[in-house]
Amino acid sequence: MSRGWRGLILGGSLALIFVLAAILSLVWTPYAVDGVDIANKLLTPNAQHWFGTDHYGRDILSMIMVGARTSIAVAVLAVGIGMLAGIPLGLAAAAWQGGWADEIIMRGNDLVFAFPSLVIAILITAVFGPGAVNAIIAIGIFNIPVFARLTRGAALSLWSRDFILSARVAGKSGLRISVEHILPNLASLMIVQGTIQFSLGILAEAGLSYVGLGAQPPIPSWGKMLADAQTMVAIAPHLALIPGAAIILTVLGLNLMGDGLRDLMDPRLRVQRT
Amino acid sequence: MIAYVLRRLVSLIISLIVASLVIFVVVEIVPGDPAAYMLGMNAQPDTLAALRAELGLDGSKVARYFGWVAGMVQGDFGTSYTYRTPVSGMIADRVWVSLPLALYALILSTLIAFPAGIYAASRRGRAGDMGVMAATQLGVAIPNFWFAMVLVLIFAINLGWFSAGGFPGWDKGLWSGLKALTLPAVALALPQAAILARVMRSSLLDMLGEDFIRTARAKGLSAGQALWRHALRNALIPVLTIIGLQFSFLLAGGIIIEQVFYLPGLGRLVFQSITQRDLIVVESVVMLLVFAVIVVNFAVDLAYAVVDPRLRVRV
Amino acid sequence: MSLLAVSDLSVAIHGTPVLESVALSVAQGEIVALTGESGSGKSMTSLAIMGLLPRGAVASGQVMLEGVDLLGLSEPQLCGLRGRDVGMIFQEPMTALNPVQTIGDQVAETILIHERTTRAVAMERAAAMLGRVGMPVERFPLSSYPHELSGGQRQRVGLAMAVALRPKLLIADEPTTALDVTTQAQILELLRGLVADFGMGMLLITHDLAVVSQMADRIVVMQKGRVVESGPVRDLLARQAHPYTRMLFAAARHHVDLPPAPVATPLLEVRGAVRDYRGRGGIFRTAKALRAVDNVSFTLERGERLGLVGESGCGKSTLTRAILGLEPLQAGTITLDGAPVLMGNRPNLNVRRKMQVVFQDPYGSFNPQHRVARLITEPFHLLQTPPKGAARQAAIDEALTSVGLRPQDAGKYIHEFSGGQRQRIAIARALIIKPALIVFDEAVSALDVSVRAQVLDLLADLCRHYPLSYLFISHDLSVVRKVTDRVMVMRAGRIVEMGPTGAVFADPQHEYTKALIAAAPVLPELEEERANA
Repeated sequence: MSRGWRGLILGGSLALIFVLAAILSLVWTPYAVDGVDIANKLLTPNAQHWFGTDHYGRDILSMIMVGARTSIAVAVLAVGIGMLAGIPLGLAAAAWQGGWADEIIMRGNDLVFAFPSLVIAILITAVFGPGAVNAIIAIGIFNIPVFARLTRGAALSLWSRDFILSARVAGKSGLRISVEHILPNLASLMIVQGTIQFSLGILAEAGLSYVGLGAQPPIPSWGKMLADAQTMVAIAPHLALIPGAAIILTVLGLNLMGDGLRDLMDPRLRVQRT
Repeated sequence: MIAYVLRRLVSLIISLIVASLVIFVVVEIVPGDPAAYMLGMNAQPDTLAALRAELGLDGSKVARYFGWVAGMVQGDFGTSYTYRTPVSGMIADRVWVSLPLALYALILSTLIAFPAGIYAASRRGRAGDMGVMAATQLGVAIPNFWFAMVLVLIFAINLGWFSAGGFPGWDKGLWSGLKALTLPAVALALPQAAILARVMRSSLLDMLGEDFIRTARAKGLSAGQALWRHALRNALIPVLTIIGLQFSFLLAGGIIIEQVFYLPGLGRLVFQSITQRDLIVVESVVMLLVFAVIVVNFAVDLAYAVVDPRLRVRV
Repeated sequence: MSLLAVSDLSVAIHGTPVLESVALSVAQGEIVALTGESGSGKSMTSLAIMGLLPRGAVASGQVMLEGVDLLGLSEPQLCGLRGRDVGMIFQEPMTALNPVQTIGDQVAETILIHERTTRAVAMERAAAMLGRVGMPVERFPLSSYPHELSGGQRQRVGLAMAVALRPKLLIADEPTTALDVTTQAQILELLRGLVADFGMGMLLITHDLAVVSQMADRIVVMQKGRVVESGPVRDLLARQAHPYTRMLFAAARHHVDLPPAPVATPLLEVRGAVRDYRGRGGIFRTAKALRAVDNVSFTLERGERLGLVGESGCGKSTLTRAILGLEPLQAGTITLDGAPVLMGNRPNLNVRRKMQVVFQDPYGSFNPQHRVARLITEPFHLLQTPPKGAARQAAIDEALTSVGLRPQDAGKYIHEFSGGQRQRIAIARALIIKPALIVFDEAVSALDVSVRAQVLDLLADLCRHYPLSYLFISHDLSVVRKVTDRVMVMRAGRIVEMGPTGAVFADPQHEYTKALIAAAPVLPELEEERANA
């Protein structure tokens, strides 16, 4: 089996486990996550609680499942924002290259890159208060220049190809060419980058929840679980190790999937990286 | 070359101006009346007026903006609403924790990543390369604050080599300060080093496929010599871009990591200020962070010109 | 004893054979040309000799350099040999040099690798060698970077690097293919001079048979990884024992049978066209205008086949784009059948409808995701009522059959076709809306000589069946000569000479035209060779 398929299947399966857990959590978790059961607190993994319990007695497996939902939802929506805004901007910058639209978009990109998602989250939270929506917006805004820059670079190398010149000779407008010829040829590249930004989104969401700028309690999130675990890491290491492992495995799975997709990308369609 | 530097400088100034505008608009304009926001819904009108006067929130928005910028240029960041003390004082000490931490992590990250990436590229397809790729694949998936907790567990609690947190201050000596920052810097550096090592590797492999490497081999250089003398310098160019980007991630990551190690940096300050609705402090800290990133990117642009002579002639 | 004696050389890459029992020899002071079409294995042979085969390649046989079998040497031994006993230059001068290292350092490096000497001495010798190859340090200081030099100049630097230590053998892999005709002549002259002065043997790899007959003492013809014929040039030209050799030379000499041109009525009129590019200005520099097209005027008659010849940078691409309405002019007009090509900044679709273009690159001319049917019907976008259903299918079938392909090919993807077939499809695309004018922009330059002959024949055939007018743009004089009635010569944005093709080639008036024709290597006619033998 080629390296591409191996990565795709291995990574995809790993990521799929968490996606399925997240979806399942909408209808069922082994235990409720909003209850408190002090009698059973800080249990190490056993038969009743496969991942143990936390300092409030909540079942960690259930919390991981619901936390998966939070992380994945935030990351997916953030990628969506990045793609929906970033790809058209990149296409426009390439189609009118050298013009004022290109200049503005490129400068805008550089500007956003100076604001890491944490800083954007701080700004938004300071004004609008904390919450999962802020995390989505903050991570999403940072994703926009990533996709814009990638799209612009890839599109530019396609614009110089003769088949685009042919389309221009056939009288097609920049917009039409961007949609009909450029965009489909970029699809594979975007899918790969989307997978990577998805994994980065999971990490970013975890960081934001850790410092309290993401989804607020009582909604469980992996980052918040780690924040709670911090004071007890010496006596109950599983509280930190398990959510950490969940994050690592999800991100690892997505990255392997992204690499696998990249290897499988049809070289005929591949665009030179600029 | 001079033209290039001047162009970059103009770009830097424009970026700073636009960034400051964005920050100002978000913090002072979007919430409506900053004073009402800070005091809450039940504030009396005269308290509101007094606060506005005290913090200089009267006057047109445009005037306030220029006042703020003029103040910052002179080192005056305004007065904290919560503590009624100059913000510059509050920031000064903390900056000297957050910035050195980010730089320390950047240096560590580069020191680890470069050899790893070069090694992997030179052993392409073989065991050494696979090993580095597997390690970095894991490394990029690790959240740095979680890794920090693990490091504390192993090196501070179990082995006792480092303290589990806190910062003694630079006046107790450079060495003790660095020691306190070491675990945090390592936690920050390793995941970034994983990314950087991969970039180094792929950039180097791209270069090794170029025609001028074939020319070098035809002259009699061995594969290793061709890599070191020809491929490496060319490969640095895209790597420099990533290093510039990394600084902003390290600065942000450092702010998060401060929570694990109870470091008295900008992180604690800004998160408290958010809770206390102290917009003045938030505004200043964010401006400072963005400023640091823009300046570092400027330095990277200058480094490009040193490495790539093509940039010195053209734009 | 021969300087280089290759016998029974076979190379397989990951099990697939790419070279089979290749044998050739080069004596001291001799120039041996290794020729063949793309995929024949010529470059692979040179890499095998240098020991620079790609990963996964296994070589067997013998490569004897002055009695030492190179295939049996270890890598460190080969490193000692490369650059000192064997030098090599490559095809693409634009990418062959390290962009971040000065030319002085790069030439001196060859010396410093192999000899124990100081850097200062090495730089002096580098300066001397650069002077010898026509890059004197007064004009080109040692501290220059490659990006400051033109293609021809970079190739000279590459040559200086390769011969800095006066190697016994020089391998030149298509050294002039990427260069202009005039520069090519200079570099070939330089190579011949170096071979004579240094007493080297040279293995010259080229697909250009005219260059071969001009430069080489002996020739080795390869096809699909094997040597099919070899011998002294004169003998081989006369004899041509192997059918492949015959086919190669016939294709290179191929005479295209153009039907006579019909009565003249003006179709395309270009009057005083001027196109300027603004240089990249900025905050601290004012923009310098670059005049790419300088007051060009000509008329193309209906049914006429007009050629446009020029070297790179002369402005022909810019002129082409202006004619197609893709770029605006700063002054002057371009009209087709009286209607301007551009109205304001918008393309005049009525005019565009009557013009189509075939590009150079058969691999980049098509969107890889679309099938042929969709690809060749793209020009329908220009029609007010594009045909649908059965009419569309009929148009597709007709276009494909007229270029020698089958209607079934419409359902395939472009990657299923060879380079020559793709150019046919490009011609089908150009023909499908029956334009009055087709612009061929270096349309056969990227094709092998045998395929090129077929496509040119196709062109002549089409002229017989359709009222076809075309503008044929190329840097290759021999091709232009075959397929045009009238030719224009362009240089630095201006048309320097214009006239009937036969007359211009037989008796050029302008200095530049004379220089161009003189520089272009010519394949001697068969009768002449037989007479001399």
